[in-house]
Amino acid sequence: MASRLTTFGNDLYTGKRSFNFVGGRRKWYAIAAVLIILSVLVPVFRGFNFGIEFRGGSQFLISNVAEATQQPAIDAVASVVPDAVARVTIVGDDGVRVQTDQLEAAETREVTTALAEAYDVPESEITSSFVGASWGEDVTRQAIIGLIAFLLFAAIFMALYFRTWKMSAAAILSLFADLVVTAGIYAASGFEVSPAAMIGLLTILSYSLYDTVVVFDKIRENTSWEGDESRRTFPESVNLAVNQTLVRSINTSVVAALPVAAILFIGAFVLGADTLRDISLALLIGILVGTWSTVFIAAPMYSQFREGEPAIKRHDERVLKERGQATGSQEEPAAVGS
Amino acid sequence: MAAPSKRSSRPTSVRKAWRSLSWLGALIVALIAINTAGVLWAGGSWTPKLALDLEGGTQIILEPELAEGQTVSGEQLDQAVSILRQRVDASGVSEAEITTQGDRNIVVAIPGELDDETRQRIESSAKLELRPVILADVASTESVEPTDEADEEATDDAEATETPEPTDASDPAWVTDELQAEYDSFDCASIDEAEANRHPADEPLVTCDTTNTFKYLLGPVEVSGENIVDATNGMVQSSTGVSTGTWAVNLRFDEQGTEDFAEVSTRLFGLESPRNQFAFVLDGRIISAPSMNGIITDGRPQITGSFTQESSKALADQLKFGALPISFTVQSSDTISATLGSSQLQSGLIAGLIGLILVVIYTLFQYRALASVTIASLVVAGVITYLSITILSWYQGYRLSLAGVAALIVAIGFTADSFIVYFERVRDELRDGRALVGAVEAGWKRALRTVIASKAVNLLAAIVLFIFAVGSVRGFAFTLGLTTIIDVIVVILFTHPMLQLLAQTRFFSSGHSWSGLDPTALGAVYRGRAEFRKPAANVTKTKVASSTREAQRRQTIAERKAAELAAVGDTPSNEGKDS
Repeated sequence: MASRLTTFGNDLYTGKRSFNFVGGRRKWYAIAAVLIILSVLVPVFRGFNFGIEFRGGSQFLISNVAEATQQPAIDAVASVVPDAVARVTIVGDDGVRVQTDQLEAAETREVTTALAEAYDVPESEITSSFVGASWGEDVTRQAIIGLIAFLLFAAIFMALYFRTWKMSAAAILSLFADLVVTAGIYAASGFEVSPAAMIGLLTILSYSLYDTVVVFDKIRENTSWEGDESRRTFPESVNLAVNQTLVRSINTSVVAALPVAAILFIGAFVLGADTLRDISLALLIGILVGTWSTVFIAAPMYSQFREGEPAIKRHDERVLKERGQATGSQEEPAAVGS
Repeated sequence: MAAPSKRSSRPTSVRKAWRSLSWLGALIVALIAINTAGVLWAGGSWTPKLALDLEGGTQIILEPELAEGQTVSGEQLDQAVSILRQRVDASGVSEAEITTQGDRNIVVAIPGELDDETRQRIESSAKLELRPVILADVASTESVEPTDEADEEATDDAEATETPEPTDASDPAWVTDELQAEYDSFDCASIDEAEANRHPADEPLVTCDTTNTFKYLLGPVEVSGENIVDATNGMVQSSTGVSTGTWAVNLRFDEQGTEDFAEVSTRLFGLESPRNQFAFVLDGRIISAPSMNGIITDGRPQITGSFTQESSKALADQLKFGALPISFTVQSSDTISATLGSSQLQSGLIAGLIGLILVVIYTLFQYRALASVTIASLVVAGVITYLSITILSWYQGYRLSLAGVAALIVAIGFTADSFIVYFERVRDELRDGRALVGAVEAGWKRALRTVIASKAVNLLAAIVLFIFAVGSVRGFAFTLGLTTIIDVIVVILFTHPMLQLLAQTRFFSSGHSWSGLDPTALGAVYRGRAEFRKPAANVTKTKVASSTREAQRRQTIAERKAAELAAVGDTPSNEGKDS
């Protein structure tokens, strides 16, 4: 059982079995490009489903109601603010969520009292939030500042650690793909964009980069001692590294995704744990997308960046030539790269 | 073939392992000791404090009201925080937390239920300004009596001149035709308090008193409300110290306020009414406009008038607590019911448990007996995290929020990640034909670098999130950063030493099929290559390492052939083992 993946890992490690991540990059780029274009287009046409934090408004959450129906809430809100439109949703078995336009503080308290009466629960069971319209702007502005700062520092860190800006550039570019595609999935699925979801989005950047750093570390190791004598071309070395770390990538992604999925499951089915749901949803999508982008975008892109370097070009040409002489065509391993 | 290296490395690696484990033990004991000390002597506890979203309570976020281009300084924010704290404390609410958020907002967090009175105290935006009166429809009956009788005979040195440029704040020259028209047609009901609050301090203001009975045209701000140190109500006492039975409000200005007020009172005293009046403007409305009965240079004016005990107390409170340096509006307000909070905590904990079980099952599936190291490491990480959070919540006021709980659960997976990176490295080394002891050491060297580099990225993200984030993001970022650091500590001080020790056991070193480090399952066929290139006994370790790599590198094609041959021959036995 377990060793099926282990054996698979062995084959990947030795190169017995190999996925052509680097060589097939045109295909992967094309897929990525389609995803990115869709991710940009979908929000243009559908827009994001922004949470109440971005629209501004008031929200009431009534827990432990005996009978979760919508009408009492609509009547209760109308009794206080006649012209307000109340959006009522039933959460779980015994919860009711009421969203209205922005109410005055005094109105908020009156509605709370009215709702408590309507559902026959103590006022302490009612959670109310009031969010000014500028709150979302604040969150967004801070998130964007945070995003830019993180990208900047991460790019510098990676350039220093890997001692090449090309790895850094490849990693950051694939990160953009993560961001855009995750945002696209949000728009397409109509998941609510809340501040918690934005935390999730920023966190997956870190996860995605984490994944990239691990894979790039192996790439660096594989390519650093490949001197002139190496029998692999540069793209082949990169591809081998990605394959060698593939089982690890799968394992870490699964292990990272499992607890997140657990939060999502609980958050989605248990009343009111919106924060849990929003964070975990963004994280889950992000972990999957982040693993994908490392393997299919970051690594091939890094290889592409370096292939043009004269030294690497010379090396690759010689390797291919020697291989042709020494082994003949039937021994030729799957040509990787261009 | 592995025997020599095993025997030679055994004492050092074991000694190192035990040393690391003792450091870890010392760390945990120290954390427990700190927490115990906190519990015994400094009001600590054995459970972390919970944030409002888990405990239930009210959180109000206040945003400064700013005119175009205006900014709020850190000093102003701090001042506002301390004033708000006074207001909340005055209402008898304990454990309220008032903090600044980002560079402009203020967060007031109050556990438990919030009564309307306290809420109003917090939510009233309350910016206090002191402006001289230039025009008024009806003169107020209130008056300012000097407490310093000696200066009674001061002269009016601020004679208003009819120059087009106003010379001082009470100069009628402020009143342009336009302003006069506005004043004449001004309707008290039309006051927009939010707008009045943003009214520039250096321009005149048309407004009314709180009862809408009088309308005023006021000069520019002369004294700002934050210069009021204290305001109390009390009985007016005669010079012999006998109570007169009338109520008054006693003000005390700070140094700047004393100076400014002395200047104003000197000018105003003796001016004809209504220009001898001085208006206290709270939220754009006049709460009191007493006339100046003397020159006050000691910064301790007394406001008298037809006060009752209640009305004098109310005015004193308004002057004292209303003195925000800048006005604020409520940006968001959340009231979380206590039952919802505890149910959210519960669901968070359930989610964490489910996540943990899933991770354990998966690692058992993938790494078999080796999974015990992962599980034990997670337990150790959990213990250290719990102790750290409890200590921080006692010492630093950290509060565990729902987002923090989410970060802790996410951390389960992220922590297990670093073990996987390590284990896979060890497996790689085994595949290269090393014996287990050597594989653990060599794998560790490479894994550690990768783990630290990748965790540095995580930590960087957490720090950036923490610095730039607003709201619940901070709790999440802080918790994530903390667990990242703990993760690295645990990998170094626990996971690696445990593996070093386990490598010495028969079960693991013999490559038992359930050990997770079974060389056969990991491609034992390639051991043949290592044997082929078996290094001489006197070669250094690094040389061995490099020659192993050399072997791997040079043998690519032969290797593949051997592999294919071996794989064919080996398959039945492999399957027999797996099923």
